[in-house]
Amino acid sequence: MAAGAPVGAGGTSHIYQGSGWKLLAPSWIIIGIFLLAPVVMMAVYSFLTKEFRGGVIWEFSLDAYDQFFFDRGLFGDEPPTLEWTYIGIFWRSIWQAGLATITCLLIGFPTAWFIATRNPESRSIWLFLVTIPYWVNLLIRTVSMKFLIRDTGPLNEFLLALHVIEEPLGLINTNFAVQLGLFYSYLPFMVLPIYAAVERYDFSLSEAAADLYAGTWTILWLVILPVVRPGIIAGCILVFVPSLGAFLAPDLLGGAKTFMIGSLIEEQFKGNAGNWPFGAAASMILLTIVMCVLLVYARNQNKAEVR
Amino acid sequence: MRKLLASTAVALLALTAGAHAEGKLSIYHWFEYIPQELLDKFAEEYDVEVTMDTFDSNEALLASLKAGKLGSYDVAVPGDYMVKIMRDEGMLDTFEASELPNFGNIEDRWVDVEFDPGRKSSIPYQWGSTSFSVNKVLYKGELDSLSLIFDAPEELKGKINVLDTAGETLTLASLYLGIPQCTSDREHLKELNALVQKAKADWASFGSDVAKDVLVSGDAAAGMIWSGFSAKARSEGANIEYVFPKEGMIVWMDNVVLLKDAPNRENALKFMNFLLEPENAAAVTNYAQYTAGVKGVGEFLKPEVANSPESNPPADQKGVFVEACPQDVQVLYDAIWTNLKK
Repeated sequence: MAAGAPVGAGGTSHIYQGSGWKLLAPSWIIIGIFLLAPVVMMAVYSFLTKEFRGGVIWEFSLDAYDQFFFDRGLFGDEPPTLEWTYIGIFWRSIWQAGLATITCLLIGFPTAWFIATRNPESRSIWLFLVTIPYWVNLLIRTVSMKFLIRDTGPLNEFLLALHVIEEPLGLINTNFAVQLGLFYSYLPFMVLPIYAAVERYDFSLSEAAADLYAGTWTILWLVILPVVRPGIIAGCILVFVPSLGAFLAPDLLGGAKTFMIGSLIEEQFKGNAGNWPFGAAASMILLTIVMCVLLVYARNQNKAEVR
Repeated sequence: MRKLLASTAVALLALTAGAHAEGKLSIYHWFEYIPQELLDKFAEEYDVEVTMDTFDSNEALLASLKAGKLGSYDVAVPGDYMVKIMRDEGMLDTFEASELPNFGNIEDRWVDVEFDPGRKSSIPYQWGSTSFSVNKVLYKGELDSLSLIFDAPEELKGKINVLDTAGETLTLASLYLGIPQCTSDREHLKELNALVQKAKADWASFGSDVAKDVLVSGDAAAGMIWSGFSAKARSEGANIEYVFPKEGMIVWMDNVVLLKDAPNRENALKFMNFLLEPENAAAVTNYAQYTAGVKGVGEFLKPEVANSPESNPPADQKGVFVEACPQDVQVLYDAIWTNLKK
């Protein structure tokens, strides 16, 4: 994430030279056990035969991927056509996560800018305020949001009492409520990396640009954005990825009326379906999408550094 | 480093030794279904340390046990059809009636049940029904039909919560259509698919654990719900009536089962016997507001629980148990459910 500052090759102090692998061993063991092993397991399971009511039979099968991509009708005997159901669910989740990311960016950037431009003592207070909601569990925060915006909740009661509205707003169980939940849950993930980038920004650059007759927007686009861009991209990834798999907000605020990626996968393991290979296959496809997003980011980063 | 490892190993051994010590009981139970005082009472009477985890659907229970939790719990509380599934999967241990001194307290009609003939692995916990409740302020019409959920009147449109479990929701829909459960008849299944697709437009939300809450808060004006959960909603201030539909309702019984590889089999049997004590069965009923399948609970019941409208259906009320479908049929119901939520 760190822009500029070349630390890489040759920058490491020679004291640690040669002992690198020993120092890294704990990290590799943790990553190996808790990250790689589950992913490999998931990949293997996605190619196995499903056992009725959960579990797998150790026989190779492409059924899970076939179910994801091909539609053979309700009774499974029609000629296969492209299955839109799951692509639709994925598309809805990507769209929701993308919108939440944009909202977080539009609100988060000015917020981060505001904090980074305060004097150093009050900055820590502002940052502290941003992180306070994180002391409370995500589930509890989402439920509280539900209490606030429900038709009989304080928001509607207040507006009704003031006669601003005549009918409750009907916010609960809508896409808007889901967006609100995602936005509220992940905003700090956007603010903090952008703050870190803006804090390092040399404000004399803006002055210099202004001296050269650059307008406000030109300064923002051509001077500030290129410098804080890594922070923005990091923030976008940190908001987009968890939003993509979120199921608390869609379930509690959106009324669980439609599957999101997260709830679709959950249903395969916990629901009636009990189709583990399909759940694993859906997870693998989700993982692939996220990997692609991150690869595009990494490539852009490399290009930026080369320049 | 080696010393550190050795001492850690010793500490771990000590811990596992502790875990195998006498006097433990591990329960896997539904949420909000047993009063803490009753667990404390058992713990004290038998000097047993009780731990409990909870689940929110029969399918979640099965999934968790399949994913490797079998062997870490002593008893669980599956519903009727899930007892049969777990028995078929070989997840249950058996006991002799003589191992439970209170076995004779089981009501006669609940001894030779289809899902566990002769009660070899389970005892009754509570039984009740699944139907729906309607807010009497918002809807003044007749309360007698599942059409209020599946073909909603104007007043209830967009204010209905349905249970987020395929089994119960699709079974009630089948009752409304008058088609059998676990059918492979294509016309029936198409009809079922079309019904729920159309009805969904009038539904506000899917939720099981929130079924009571949405009625109390007023988020929903009508909602599918379990009988005792509806009684609780009523006692928490919801102005609702539990409906006994003319098309029929779901009847279910939850059962305490002895799990295979139970680490504390002796204590599990003590606990099952304890729950067959009329006073203790009544304590559960007073809390959960369903009905115990145990003789002699009457004198221990709170009058408002014993006489609750939810637990006293009209004599001619039709009720069915949810059936466990065979695999080739279950996939069709799964497809309808996924299709509904896509």
